Amino acid sequence: MSNEATLHGHAGIDTSHDIGHGEHDVHHHKETFITKYVFSQDHKMICKQFLITGMIWAILGGAMSVLFRLQLGYPDSTFPWLEDILGKWAKGGKIEPEAYYALVTMHGTVLVFFVLTGGLSGTFANFLIPLQIGARDMASPFLNMLSYWFFWLASVVILCSLFLETGPASGGWTSYPPLSALGGASEGSKAGMDFWIIGMALFVVSSLLGGLNYITTILNMRTKGMSMTRLPLTIWALFFTAILGVLSFPVLLSGLILLLFDRHAGTSFYLSDIFIASTNTALPNEGGSAILFQHLFWFLGHPEVYIIILPAMGLVSEVMSVNARKPIFGYMAMIGSLFAIAILAFLVWAHHMFVTGLNPFLGSVFVLLTLLIAVPSAIKVFNWLTTLWKGNIRFTPAMLFAIGFVSLFISGGLTGIWLGNSTLDIHLHDTLFVVAHFHIVMGVSAFFGMFCGIYHWFPKMYGRYLNNTMAYIHFWVTLAGAYLIFWPMHYEGLAGMPRRYLDTSGWHSFNNFIGLNRFISTVAMIVFAVQIMFVFNFFYSIFKGRRVTTQNPWGANTLEWTTPIHAGHGNWPGEIPEVHRWAYDYAKDGREFIQQTEPISASESKH
Amino acid sequence: MAQAVPAGQKWWSGGKSPFNVEYGKLMMWYFLMSDAFTFGAFLISYGTIRFSSNSWPDPNVVFRSFPIVGEMKIPLAFVSLMTFILIMSSVTMVLAVGAGHNNDKKGVMKWMFFTIIGGLAFLGCQAWEWTHLHAEGAWWGRNPFHNINGSEASTNFTNFFFTITGFHGFHVFSGVIINIIMLIMTWRGVFEQRGHYLMIEKAGLYWHFVDLVWVFVFTCFYLL
Repeated sequence: MSNEATLHGHAGIDTSHDIGHGEHDVHHHKETFITKYVFSQDHKMICKQFLITGMIWAILGGAMSVLFRLQLGYPDSTFPWLEDILGKWAKGGKIEPEAYYALVTMHGTVLVFFVLTGGLSGTFANFLIPLQIGARDMASPFLNMLSYWFFWLASVVILCSLFLETGPASGGWTSYPPLSALGGASEGSKAGMDFWIIGMALFVVSSLLGGLNYITTILNMRTKGMSMTRLPLTIWALFFTAILGVLSFPVLLSGLILLLFDRHAGTSFYLSDIFIASTNTALPNEGGSAILFQHLFWFLGHPEVYIIILPAMGLVSEVMSVNARKPIFGYMAMIGSLFAIAILAFLVWAHHMFVTGLNPFLGSVFVLLTLLIAVPSAIKVFNWLTTLWKGNIRFTPAMLFAIGFVSLFISGGLTGIWLGNSTLDIHLHDTLFVVAHFHIVMGVSAFFGMFCGIYHWFPKMYGRYLNNTMAYIHFWVTLAGAYLIFWPMHYEGLAGMPRRYLDTSGWHSFNNFIGLNRFISTVAMIVFAVQIMFVFNFFYSIFKGRRVTTQNPWGANTLEWTTPIHAGHGNWPGEIPEVHRWAYDYAKDGREFIQQTEPISASESKH
Repeated sequence: MAQAVPAGQKWWSGGKSPFNVEYGKLMMWYFLMSDAFTFGAFLISYGTIRFSSNSWPDPNVVFRSFPIVGEMKIPLAFVSLMTFILIMSSVTMVLAVGAGHNNDKKGVMKWMFFTIIGGLAFLGCQAWEWTHLHAEGAWWGRNPFHNINGSEASTNFTNFFFTITGFHGFHVFSGVIINIIMLIMTWRGVFEQRGHYLMIEKAGLYWHFVDLVWVFVFTCFYLL
């Protein structure tokens, strides 16, 4: 068989873009409600499914944090309405310890995996990859659909676990054994833990199916002229994100399978020499190692934080360049630093384990590798700042969130250098300092990247704009709120206040933080309320927002803005446009922007 | 596959696959990389636990039975047979892919049939070995074998053995199912109509990967 036969035999490969998917324009598929909105294979619809599922999870996960902040801010008060919604988990209006741990655990799980991985990558990889590289759809629309439905199944399993008699998993989002392996050790380690493991396994499948699609689509389906170095940075970021996911999630899966055996098959992979005080039993398990799970978990867990932050970086880079009306500064350096971060992501996991009894020499190696990440991160930050420098900035909501992202990433990143040092970590480990660090640098930052993306591409998704007034309120309250919540937490952490404790009023040394804790809780509730306003804005604008009237409302260069305002399945009605230049020809030769589809003219200057 | 590629072809400039393969094959390669990490995690976990133990059972003592013959003087005879069967099934898979390149439907069907038989034979051997070990008292959480230095062993020898060979066996099982589907599709002329047997190649990639993994599993559990 010839190469040509190999390549053209299948729909949707290489030059046969037009041949393979061209039929979409000629005759429309008969679309029913089911194939259009439910089991859709259109990447744009799958994107919306991921986004809206992610938003539902974000509300639930955020509401959980409000509940436990209530406990932390007012440890001595009772709130009878809590019993109304939580039942036996809040007898007399006070959250039970088990419920508190369950809330903290599920808040972490939901936000890390279901919102900032599924909701963020799932949304923007699906939306932007085909549109920005010039493809009709993903390489395999069918697997793409399955990716969403596995995500949905995982969501259902995790959601069900909230309603179990013994409650959901409550051993922390990291699910360290032996606690997570022994049903006798706590309520949350009973059925809730099994649901958690099954839900996460389904999530891994979803992430794998999605990731394989993103990688192959980017490599194989770029339109003519779209070389790798002409790709917008969003695509590069999503590409590295997908690779991280494909290579790190399987390790978590292995770890979870071993955990499942420890729970139900009497094995001792993670267990050795255990006595359970609450049931007064000594267990026969020996030879296992609880630390082994931590290695397996963090081999995923650390790349996971980059899986969360890289897409946000990509979105911010793109939106910042468009709205500064300037080329992105240091395009190749941006790609290089993404690459460096992706490599280092696999080499630093043990910095989460400095206090596990890790060999100090090994620790020092991980300190070095961890601190090395500061280099590509700093390159990115400098490039964003220099992109803003002397720019002709339009402060659209998306742009504000992009700038806010950079601010938060710097603030949160600096404390990463503290925590990356194994000696400092002895003091700071498991304190609120860590909580403050990762919430700013990957939690709120990634949310800012996501909001930046939503505000920027909403017009492309729904053909309408989001309401600007609500958007500005959303931005300023969230930015101020993020700092007001997490900045004080650094001080509490430095003073030694532990994380995951439901009540620290038993320690005299922490009593001077009572007021501060109340303050944090109050701000958290305000910020949560503003997010609800954003959700309202989102759904209101889908139906009632101001209509988009031009194809390219932001004056951007990338290909998605060459599609019709309401693009059908297949994205471009005629031929897929050919690309002649990179994505960042802004303010060139006296022109505000030059789209990628415009051929390079003879008189044009070189960039 | 011998059509000349024009010189100076710009592979990465878009509009074509930079590796000159269609997306499914690329996807399979990335999937196999991902799966390699799953197995890698298992085997590294096994290594970690094994090397943190004072002593470990001797595979030459544990694995020395053969069906019908019973206890053998030569250790590892049965697992050598299993390994031979699996490697032979890889050879027949190569022949099936080769026949596919020549659009030889009959050849593909013949060699796919032998590959499936090989896979089933391997699974049968594994079932026998598991049953035998189970009869000896070995299972998840139960280890009747003593360490090589005579001391009592922890259960992790059998725990890892059943988990990892089971996970591999599950992969072989999936592979057999995939191969059966491929055989049926070939038989019904699906690939003949498409004009190429690319699907056989992709199934072949998976099958060879599963074989390769067995080489590592075999080394870790039977030889070391």
